[in-house]
Amino acid sequence: MNEEKFKFRSRMRALTDNSVTALSILATVIVVAPLVAIFVYLVYKGASSLNLDFFTQIPKPVGETGGGMANAIWGSALLLLLASTIGVPVGIGGGIFLAEYGRGTKLANAVRFTADVLNGVPSIVMGVAVYALIVKAHIPFLPFTGHFSGFSGGVALGIMMIPTVCRTTEEMLLMVPHAVREAALGLGVPNWRSVLSITVKTASPGIITGCMLAFARVAGETAPLIFTALGNSFWSSNLNQPIAALPLQIYVYALSPYDDWHRLAWAGALVLIVLIVLAVSLVRYVTSRGVLKGAS
Amino acid sequence: MGVGIEVTNLNAWYGTNHTLQDINLNIPANHATALIGPSGCGKSTFVRCLNRMHETNPIARVTGTVRIGDLDIYVDAKPVEIRRRVGMVFQRPNPFPTMSIYDNVASGLKLNGYSNRRALDEIVEKSLKNSALWDEVKDDLKKKSGASLSGGQQQRLCIARALAVDPEVLLMDEPASALDPVSTSKIEDLIFQLKSQYTIVIVTHNMQQAARVAEKTGFFLNGRMVEFDSTHKIFTNPSDKRTEDYITGRFG
Repeated sequence: MNEEKFKFRSRMRALTDNSVTALSILATVIVVAPLVAIFVYLVYKGASSLNLDFFTQIPKPVGETGGGMANAIWGSALLLLLASTIGVPVGIGGGIFLAEYGRGTKLANAVRFTADVLNGVPSIVMGVAVYALIVKAHIPFLPFTGHFSGFSGGVALGIMMIPTVCRTTEEMLLMVPHAVREAALGLGVPNWRSVLSITVKTASPGIITGCMLAFARVAGETAPLIFTALGNSFWSSNLNQPIAALPLQIYVYALSPYDDWHRLAWAGALVLIVLIVLAVSLVRYVTSRGVLKGAS
Repeated sequence: MGVGIEVTNLNAWYGTNHTLQDINLNIPANHATALIGPSGCGKSTFVRCLNRMHETNPIARVTGTVRIGDLDIYVDAKPVEIRRRVGMVFQRPNPFPTMSIYDNVASGLKLNGYSNRRALDEIVEKSLKNSALWDEVKDDLKKKSGASLSGGQQQRLCIARALAVDPEVLLMDEPASALDPVSTSKIEDLIFQLKSQYTIVIVTHNMQQAARVAEKTGFFLNGRMVEFDSTHKIFTNPSDKRTEDYITGRFG
């Protein structure tokens, strides 16, 4: 009698265990499938148009075939560099304030709320806002303002990075055990030094992940650039002038009536994704070197 | 060399909770002094008042006088200066997880701007030898993280880290309570050796440990110090009934 009950129970347990495992595998597949599908489709559509010209030529005038997106790749790199220069330090600084200095204060709550709202602002609105503030308005004594420019595009992307970087930095800093902070203070290390050299350093893998997420997100943004960086069919490194960007170029080419441009747009989308993956992997590789055996 | 500690009318609060009430005692230089008592009796708060770690909690408050050597620590100096002279070892080993063994030991000096490499090498070696860890880690000093060591090794690493800044006093808040018996006995041996050079104050729940390592013992109960005397007297012939009840296991 008892033995039968026991057998029945263990069978039920095995059944539950297997179904939960199956469900979680199914969920994983659902998560990964769209990504794989997009990538496969991009390779299918875009790989055939990829050649050396794509990376070395600028767009050909309407009617001529061939040409590439070298100027757009370069423009995107410049825009993202500028955006990161704004978004990463401001975001990390804000996160440090929220986690280390402002904890529990009204100001910190206001900053946290603002960051969350900013995170939810549609990117097109960010583009319009930057357009109104520094593209349309000429701010006296400040160069780069009063006209379309790469600078304004970088600012729009940079502002979009801030909330993500700020909130992940805060979360990661709060995960650093209190004992680690106490150890530093107990050695007579001043608080600011302990925050920068111990707490932030301990949380740095997570903070870097946050920065990469923000970077990857804005790298593909088109809307904020329409009113700011505007796009450019020629080679340009001048941030004071309109500049080309990969997402903008894809947008323009995809909406055009020419098959040749459609193919280039597919290739551009593929290159954009591959470049983002490469950039993220490179940062991960560089920052993971020198990590010690057994470090968490 | 260690210095003596003179505590007069020390009171401490967490918010409205009066955790330490009118503590008076003299801790002798270059000896180990043990503080015993049930959980929540205020002994941890007491040691945290000796290096001004108590006040890192925003709701904490403290009154009274603590003299360490010739320094009135709540009047004459800033907290960071006190903490360089009064080292602390915590209950759970807390090495810096991102740092190598070497950097952990050197951290107190490096983070305070000290950068003479040759001198640092010497100090790291001496501190690790003093904490009886050198032979176990000398080949992996810069290769392995402090977090990769075993619990007992990590605690000795934390002791080395505290010793590297050359303190006069070493506060130990239940340094062996998270460790196995073998590691515990290593830590106790260490305290025995170190007390000739440093003034050691050790909080412990383990009464045999107090009896083994300390010359003087104080018994805390409900935020007050009930009795402070030589360890031998506390454990064989305590003057206070409450001390006797506690050490004979009648409560706590």
